[in-house]
Amino acid sequence: MSFNWRWDFTWEILPRLLLATLNTLIAAGAGYAIALVLGLILALAQRTGWRPITVAVREFVEFIRSTPLVLQIFFVFYVGPQFGIRLSPWTSGMIAIGLHYSAYLSEVYRAGIDAVPRGQWEACRALNMSTRDTYVRIVIPQALPPSIAGMGNYLVGIFKDTPMLSVIGVAELMHTANAIGSESYRFLEPFTLVGLIYLAISLPTAGLIRLFEGWVRRKLGM
Amino acid sequence: MPIWDFLEIYGARLASGTLVTCAQFVLAAVIAIVVALLAGLGKLSKNAVIRGVSTVYIEAFRGTSLLVQLYWIFFVLPLFGLTLPKFVAGFVSVGLNVGSYGAELVRGAIQSVPKGQWEAAYALSMSPARRMRRIILPQALALMLPPWGNLLIELLKGTALVALISVTDLMFQAKQINASTFLSAEAFGSALVIYYILARFLITPFMRWMERVIARRLGRA
Repeated sequence: MSFNWRWDFTWEILPRLLLATLNTLIAAGAGYAIALVLGLILALAQRTGWRPITVAVREFVEFIRSTPLVLQIFFVFYVGPQFGIRLSPWTSGMIAIGLHYSAYLSEVYRAGIDAVPRGQWEACRALNMSTRDTYVRIVIPQALPPSIAGMGNYLVGIFKDTPMLSVIGVAELMHTANAIGSESYRFLEPFTLVGLIYLAISLPTAGLIRLFEGWVRRKLGM
Repeated sequence: MPIWDFLEIYGARLASGTLVTCAQFVLAAVIAIVVALLAGLGKLSKNAVIRGVSTVYIEAFRGTSLLVQLYWIFFVLPLFGLTLPKFVAGFVSVGLNVGSYGAELVRGAIQSVPKGQWEAAYALSMSPARRMRRIILPQALALMLPPWGNLLIELLKGTALVALISVTDLMFQAKQINASTFLSAEAFGSALVIYYILARFLITPFMRWMERVIARRLGRA
């Protein structure tokens, strides 16, 4: 086999790949939604002031961050059935990827909250605000703008990590390209197209996030 | 099966996988560092062609997935007449991927070296190459070491993907053991712990030590 790009084949497989791109986007979106919520819980859990919880959550975050995502995906997918819990590839994929990125996002939140000046906390104390009000009305609005860049990076990151879900059979972009490759014995077009689709989505997204960050900063008068 | 029995039977395979993972890690790290330095300096070059090549490389590798790059290098490059053995394809893809992130660290660190240092070197009529080598890079190195620590952990995690092109690394052995015994929790669990130990008790302390050494050499300790 030698290098010859076939356009007819390209047009034939493009619709299939674009359909799979939709799955990839859904997977990335769902995983990100889980990560956003779980990450906030992990970040706030480290601020409870109760040492055993702080240390345990800290270690958990470190563990998730320093082990490979593929391995975590396999772990979630295969360990369940061993104990009688059967999870579909989609469910276990979302759990694994959501959990993985929640560890990263918790660090982003933590840095954002830590960056809020001490005086702001003390002012809330002086005004006799409740803890809830302190967080919701004073701390989180100020912690948000510096966090957006990091949060955006991980949105692009989660999108680029969805191909790993193909290893447990989630029919996303990479899985489809692989299937096309093994049906037709042509890998050049599907794999190149996958690369181009990723570029076409992640580069504009990165740009949009920068614009969004500027917009939020202006909105909050920073 | 108790975990001790499991480790007694499969420990050797996990250990051989760990060795392959370490080899992949070291080779990929060398490629990543060299490429990051070249592309990071290239992006600051006055020559538009060099700058363009570096930018295209950085954006292409940062904009797509490591897995896509790995498959592309392993399955598509042979069509262009460049066939890499799977072991080489593995560490080359991981190295090139991480190198593109590293390039941005290099560029950022070089740009953060205070302007006075550039001017002082210029005033001493150092050649640009000498200025870079003796004045700018050592200080940039101190600035970029902490983020490189994180990046090297990302690199270690990236090497787990080479198992998908059948390089017999730790991930691959865990998968094989799982496939033949269905002891998923033990197989994947011990692999997770080994990766954690490598990252937390080898790479992180090593980078901390490097930071101290560099700080001392710069007289900042």
